[in-house]
Amino acid sequence: MLPELGHFALILALLLAGLQAFFGIAGPALARDRWSGAVTSAVAGQAVMVATAVACLMGCFVGEDFSVAYVAENSNSALPLFYRVAALWGAHEGSLLLWILLLAAWTVAVALGSSRLPPRFAARVLGVLGVVSFGFLLFTLATSNPFLRLDPPAPDGRDLNPILQDPGLAVHPPILYTGYVGFAVAFAFAGAAMLEGRLDQNWARWTRPWTTAAWSFLTCGIALGSFWAYYELGWGGFWFWDPVENASFMPWLMGTALIHSLAVTDKRGLFKSWTLLLAILAFSLSLLGTFLVRSGVLVSVHSFAADPTRGIFILTFLIIMIGGALALYAWRAPLLRSSAGFELGARESFLLFNNVLLVTAAATVFAGTLAPLISDALKLGTLSVGPPYFNPTFMLSMLPLLALLSVGIHANWKRGRLEDSQRTLLYTFIAAAVLGCGFVIGLYSHGSVLTPIGATLAVWIVLSSLVDPIDRWRRGLTISRAVLGMTVAHIGLAVAVFALTTVQSFTIERDVSLAPGGTATVGDYEFRFGGVKPAEGPNYEAVAGTLTVTRHGAPVAVMTPQKRHYWVQRQVISETAIRMHRGNNLLLALGEDLGAGRWSVRIQIRPLVSLVWIAAFIMAMGGALAASDRRYRPVRARATAPEGATAGQPG
Amino acid sequence: MTKFLLPLALFVLLAVVLGIGIRHSPDKGIIASPLLGKPAPAFALPNLTDPSREVRSADLKGHWYLFNVWGTWCGGCREEHEMLLQVRRAGVVPIIGLDWKDDDAQALSWLTQLGNPYQSVATDHSGRQAIEWGVYGAPETFLVNPQGIVVYKHVGALTPDTWTREILPRVSGMLTGSS
Repeated sequence: MLPELGHFALILALLLAGLQAFFGIAGPALARDRWSGAVTSAVAGQAVMVATAVACLMGCFVGEDFSVAYVAENSNSALPLFYRVAALWGAHEGSLLLWILLLAAWTVAVALGSSRLPPRFAARVLGVLGVVSFGFLLFTLATSNPFLRLDPPAPDGRDLNPILQDPGLAVHPPILYTGYVGFAVAFAFAGAAMLEGRLDQNWARWTRPWTTAAWSFLTCGIALGSFWAYYELGWGGFWFWDPVENASFMPWLMGTALIHSLAVTDKRGLFKSWTLLLAILAFSLSLLGTFLVRSGVLVSVHSFAADPTRGIFILTFLIIMIGGALALYAWRAPLLRSSAGFELGARESFLLFNNVLLVTAAATVFAGTLAPLISDALKLGTLSVGPPYFNPTFMLSMLPLLALLSVGIHANWKRGRLEDSQRTLLYTFIAAAVLGCGFVIGLYSHGSVLTPIGATLAVWIVLSSLVDPIDRWRRGLTISRAVLGMTVAHIGLAVAVFALTTVQSFTIERDVSLAPGGTATVGDYEFRFGGVKPAEGPNYEAVAGTLTVTRHGAPVAVMTPQKRHYWVQRQVISETAIRMHRGNNLLLALGEDLGAGRWSVRIQIRPLVSLVWIAAFIMAMGGALAASDRRYRPVRARATAPEGATAGQPG
Repeated sequence: MTKFLLPLALFVLLAVVLGIGIRHSPDKGIIASPLLGKPAPAFALPNLTDPSREVRSADLKGHWYLFNVWGTWCGGCREEHEMLLQVRRAGVVPIIGLDWKDDDAQALSWLTQLGNPYQSVATDHSGRQAIEWGVYGAPETFLVNPQGIVVYKHVGALTPDTWTREILPRVSGMLTGSS
């Protein structure tokens, strides 16, 4: 009964999304305000139906209804309740449902937060979101229905993929998707502005908090995914330039560019057509990422099931959405004229460079991700590019970006008077170089040429970002949340750069073979192997190795990496042991049984790797602060502005 | 203003590439098998149903055969089982099974319960043979010609479509080579 109810709710949601799209787009176009007014009802109805469908599927998981194919494929009666709930988005069908649920949540938030927008414009925004939602609901129902029954029902489920049986599954996908899907809002605002032909800077102002919020979620989601990959996959690494990782990283880069470009459009009314294009591209990359991951055109550690029919459906949807938006752009953007100008040394120039470099970075990642496809289409054979391509090309656009950030942060809008800040620039740079190089030499005494450069750039960004807020604070001026958020996010970026530089330069990895009682010395640490013992969990059995870690004779920790054998899926998963010690991240993974009590053990020591993830959270916090700035909050007291009215625009 | 058409033009180009990518993916694009057009790996493996005899590639020379990698732990294998039984009933080409990283008792009860579509089933407890064949995940099906050359590979559950469009024409000699 429950699956049928869920299925039915999903069909109703599809119909309501269709109504939402129709009323939202046709209403304002035909000037039928009653149609436009009906949009919010459709939004509410759709959200209720989607939530019902999700609740039904969750009920099937919790109630162990193995007559539902999706539940039987991804759950088991031995699976703990926590994972039975999270297993909902453990595979393709449920992930899509999660996508749809989050899109509905964003749509409701936009509907609630749009009280100060002109009603027709708000209707159009919701209409565009309705089109996106309709596409995804249709896709789910047509190719990936999670409610299909098995006949006869399975006696028990095949269990959730053991790699996913980790607390990370409960948080990583929802947060990542919230970010991913959130760019749909910026896309919808851009779409509405183009449909309306009203391309003043208002739409940019309205879009900013949404985009920044989505960006914060995406930042968190990517960091969580990276952290999860680090401790669960046991390959020892936090970023693999895997297609699925790239699929979330490309929208992130584009979204970062969009946030900066929106600032220029909002404050100065410049870059209008460019911002519009970025808003389209950021979401297009989200959609494209979904396509790449879900269609199976690219092989990746994350793709569990590949299905070409799904690929064709998504490609069609992609062509309609992105192609439609870009066609609209080609039609509307020529109407835009920027009257204002700016000087070379002005903040606008630096943000332009920021955009060019970020888009270049996104383009290099894009090219690398699609290289296997392109070489295949051109019949050059199957080729895939890895870190040797991504690392240097990515750095090529990132290094100038970081340097320009420290300079550009001091620049004023419109006027390019860098002479005024020459002193600040010089002092902060010297301080950064001394601190950065001093750190590298003092603590590690070796490393590549990039190490001092990375450390210096990181310190420089921190110092430069603090100059203005400290100056304001000393003069007793208030610091708005927007400025504070920007400062925090930039400091987060600096921390990330610093941590990445250190990790890349000073990581030690060693695979050793150890007999019981044997020791291995890696870096400053000594590892004594105490042999293995059997262990057991709710749905697996394991061998656990014991390693006693000492540093110069002083005890550090006893670590117990496991090798787990999951009964139902007959899969062996290495459960790494991780310990922090003096900023060093020690990671141990149990390898193969070499016979006679000997085991191969992978030992890795990464300095400051935790800072990479902490940095991402700092950036996300910065985004959250900026998004909550007062100037974006809806002003309830003001009467609804008449169509075409422009709000006051303080620089 | 043609410069505003540029993003659209680039996107159209991309869509074409993606379209080609998808069209290729069912047979070679996704996981291009390095084995296509090359001799199938030689094997002599324990026989699941008859422990007294081995399953050997040498015995299969001179005949077309399908090499199907499966396991009782794999969902897609359950899905394609009915299709495999149909292939067996059609009697055009025999199927050799490779029971991959599986439990013999479970595999035997699977075959008794669901029916046995295989001419013979080899077991591969260590997964070594599957590595030889470059298996990415179960189920996978390879078509081997009488000369012992792998001419076609299907990833995922075998579908009636693949059978009629890809496998049958090759076996009945309407198509040769690996397109």
